[in-house]
Amino acid sequence: MSQAREEILGRIRTALRDVPDHEAPGDVRVERAYRRGSNESAEALVARFVERVADYRAEVERVPGASLGEAVARACERHGARRLVVPENVPAAARPEGLDLIPDDGLTHAELDAVDGVITGCAVAIADTGTIALDGAGDQGRRALTLVPDLHVCIVPGSRIVASVPEATARLSDAVTAQRPITLISGPSATSDIELRRVEGVHGPRRLVVLVVE
Amino acid sequence: MTFQESAHIALQDTQLRHNIGNATRAIRAKRNHVVAELPDWQELREAGRALKERVLRHLDHYLVQFEQAVQGNGGHVHWARDAAEANRVVVELVRATGVDEVVKSKSLTTEETRLNEALEENGIRPRETDLAQLIIQLGRDKPSHVLVPAIHKNRAEIRELFKRELGIEDLSDDPAELAEAARRHLRDRFLHARVGISGGNFGVAETGTIALFESEGNGRMCTTLPDTLITVLGIEKLIPTWQDFEVYLQLLPRSSTAERMNPYNSFWTGVHEGDGPREFHLVLVDNGRTNVLADEIGRQALNCIRCSACMNFCPVYERTGGHAYNSVYPGPIGAILTPQLEGLDRAGSLPYASSLCGACYDACPVKIDIPQVLVHLRREVVKSEGLDPEHAAMRAMANVFSSRRRYELAQRLARAGQWPLARHGVIQHLPGALSGWTATRDMLPVPKQSFRDWWRQR
Repeated sequence: MSQAREEILGRIRTALRDVPDHEAPGDVRVERAYRRGSNESAEALVARFVERVADYRAEVERVPGASLGEAVARACERHGARRLVVPENVPAAARPEGLDLIPDDGLTHAELDAVDGVITGCAVAIADTGTIALDGAGDQGRRALTLVPDLHVCIVPGSRIVASVPEATARLSDAVTAQRPITLISGPSATSDIELRRVEGVHGPRRLVVLVVE
Repeated sequence: MTFQESAHIALQDTQLRHNIGNATRAIRAKRNHVVAELPDWQELREAGRALKERVLRHLDHYLVQFEQAVQGNGGHVHWARDAAEANRVVVELVRATGVDEVVKSKSLTTEETRLNEALEENGIRPRETDLAQLIIQLGRDKPSHVLVPAIHKNRAEIRELFKRELGIEDLSDDPAELAEAARRHLRDRFLHARVGISGGNFGVAETGTIALFESEGNGRMCTTLPDTLITVLGIEKLIPTWQDFEVYLQLLPRSSTAERMNPYNSFWTGVHEGDGPREFHLVLVDNGRTNVLADEIGRQALNCIRCSACMNFCPVYERTGGHAYNSVYPGPIGAILTPQLEGLDRAGSLPYASSLCGACYDACPVKIDIPQVLVHLRREVVKSEGLDPEHAAMRAMANVFSSRRRYELAQRLARAGQWPLARHGVIQHLPGALSGWTATRDMLPVPKQSFRDWWRQR
C-alpha cells in the first residue's frame, strides 16, 4: 500500500509544479473578516437560542434552577418516558424522583434501545443556530446514549450559550485535542430526502427536549 | 451518450421536470432566506475559498500531516490510486472481520468507485441507510443529486416502491410515514451491525479529525455503533485546522439543506476508548483528483464541499434532472468536475451542459468560478478535436470582428445575402452547417442601416 502512497504524493507534487518551492502553506492568504462574536446581553442570547431551537420543532423551555427536576419530570411524562439512562455526572437536580434512572455501565445497543430516553448536559450551545454541542464529558456520556433512545432531554446552563459558531468551535478545541468525539445537535433527527421537504424523526431521537437553566 | 442526447430524452419526461422543479424552487427560496440572515456571508465565502486554496496548493504537506495525526490516534490509513484499488482495500478490510453485511452511510466517493458492486461481487451485502440512498438501492436506480439522491422521485413513487420492496401493505404517501417505514426497516440492522462504512465531509490535517454532516442520524449510527469503521475520503477533503470549522459550519448547512444548521454534525478523531468503534480505517482516494489538481484553472473544482447549491440554482439542471449528466456529480459542479476526473474523451460533452448564466457561481459557498472553468474546458475540448469546420468558422469570425474594415464589409455582404432567408423580419432557418443555431431560436437579420452608417450620415 505504501506504493500507492508514494505514487499519489508524487502525482500531487507533479501537479503542483506551478507552486513556487519557497511558498509555505501560511503564505496563501486567508482573510478572516467574518464576525467572531457579539457583545449582546446574556438575556438576548438565551432568547435567540430558545427561538431557534424551537424552529427545528424541538421542545424548548426556560427553567429556573430550582425547578429543573420538575421540568425534567414533566417532559418525561409528556412523552411517556419512564426508564431513562443518565450519565454519571448529570447533577442531582436533574434527576427527579419517580423515574427509573439507569446508569450507563456498558449497556449493550439492545439494552439502550429498550430504554425510553436519556438525560444529558451539554458542552456549549450556539444562539445563532439553536445548536447544542456534546463533547463526551462526564455529564454527557458516550455518543450512543444520545443516539439510540427515542427521547433526548438536554440540560443547557444559560452560561454555556454563546452567540456564534466561531465562539463554539473555539470552546470545543480542547476536547478535539484530547481526541474526544464531538457531536453537534440541531433539533431532532430529520430528513429532506422526500421532495426536499423537511420531516422530523428518522433514525436518531425523534424527540429533543432542551431545558435552558437560569 | 452525450449530455445533449440524454438531456433531450429527459426533457420529454414531464413528471421528472415537475418533481425537480418543485423541489428546487422550494429550496432556493429557503436558501436565500437563511443566507440573507448572515451579514458576513461574502466574508465567509472568501475564507472558505481561500482555505481550500491553501490546502490544494500544499496538498502533499497536508496529507502527510493528516496521515500522521490519524495514525497517532490509533487509526489506520490506506491510500488508493483509483477506484479499483479503493474497492479492493475496503473489500479486504471487511473480509478480515468475517462479516457478510455492512451498514453504509451516504458517500459520493463510494458512488464514484462503485463500491457496492465490488462488495456484492465478493459476497458482502452493503446496506444503504440514508433514506434517499435506500430509495435508490431498492429501486435499482441511480442518484440524481448530490444532497438528495432521489430528488427525481415524488412521494407517490416512493410509496409504491416501499410497498413493493419492503412488503408493507398499509402505507400512505405522507413523507413522515415513509421516513418511519425506513426507520423500522433499518433499526435492528444498525443495532447489530459490526462494520460500518462512511464517507466524510472534511478531514482536519492538524488533528486527524473526520467530520460527517447529516440529517437523519444514520451517519451517526454507522460511525458510532459498529466495532469497525471504514471511512472513504477523497484526498481533496482536507482543511488545515479545527478552527476552520468556524467557516464551513456556517457555509455548508445554509448552502445545502438551507438550514441554519443540519441536525447532526459528528467529529471523531481516530479511536476513542469506551466510545464508538474499536477499529478505524481511513481510505484516501485519488481516482483522478490529481488530474484536476494539475490544471491551474480547473483546480478550483476541488474546493467543492458537495453542498449542491449550484444544481439547485441551475436552470439547465432544473429542466433535465441529474441523470442526463451520466455522472455521479450532476449539475454545474459535475459539468466541470467529471470531465476532469474522467477525461474529456469520456465526458467532453459536459462542459457544454450550461447556458453560462453564472447562477451557480453566485450560489457557490466556496466561490468556485464554474463558468470560467466551463469555458476553459470547452477550449480544451476544441483543442483536442483539432481543426473542425466550427472551429475554422469561429476563427474566421474572430478575424472579421477584429478589424473595423472587415466587419463593415461583412455587414454589407450579409445584408445582400440574407434576403432570401429573412421572413417578416426574422430568420427562422439558416442553411447547412449554420442550421444548428436556428434549430432552437430565431435570428434577427442584419438591419438595413447600421448605427455607424447612421452616425456618418449626421
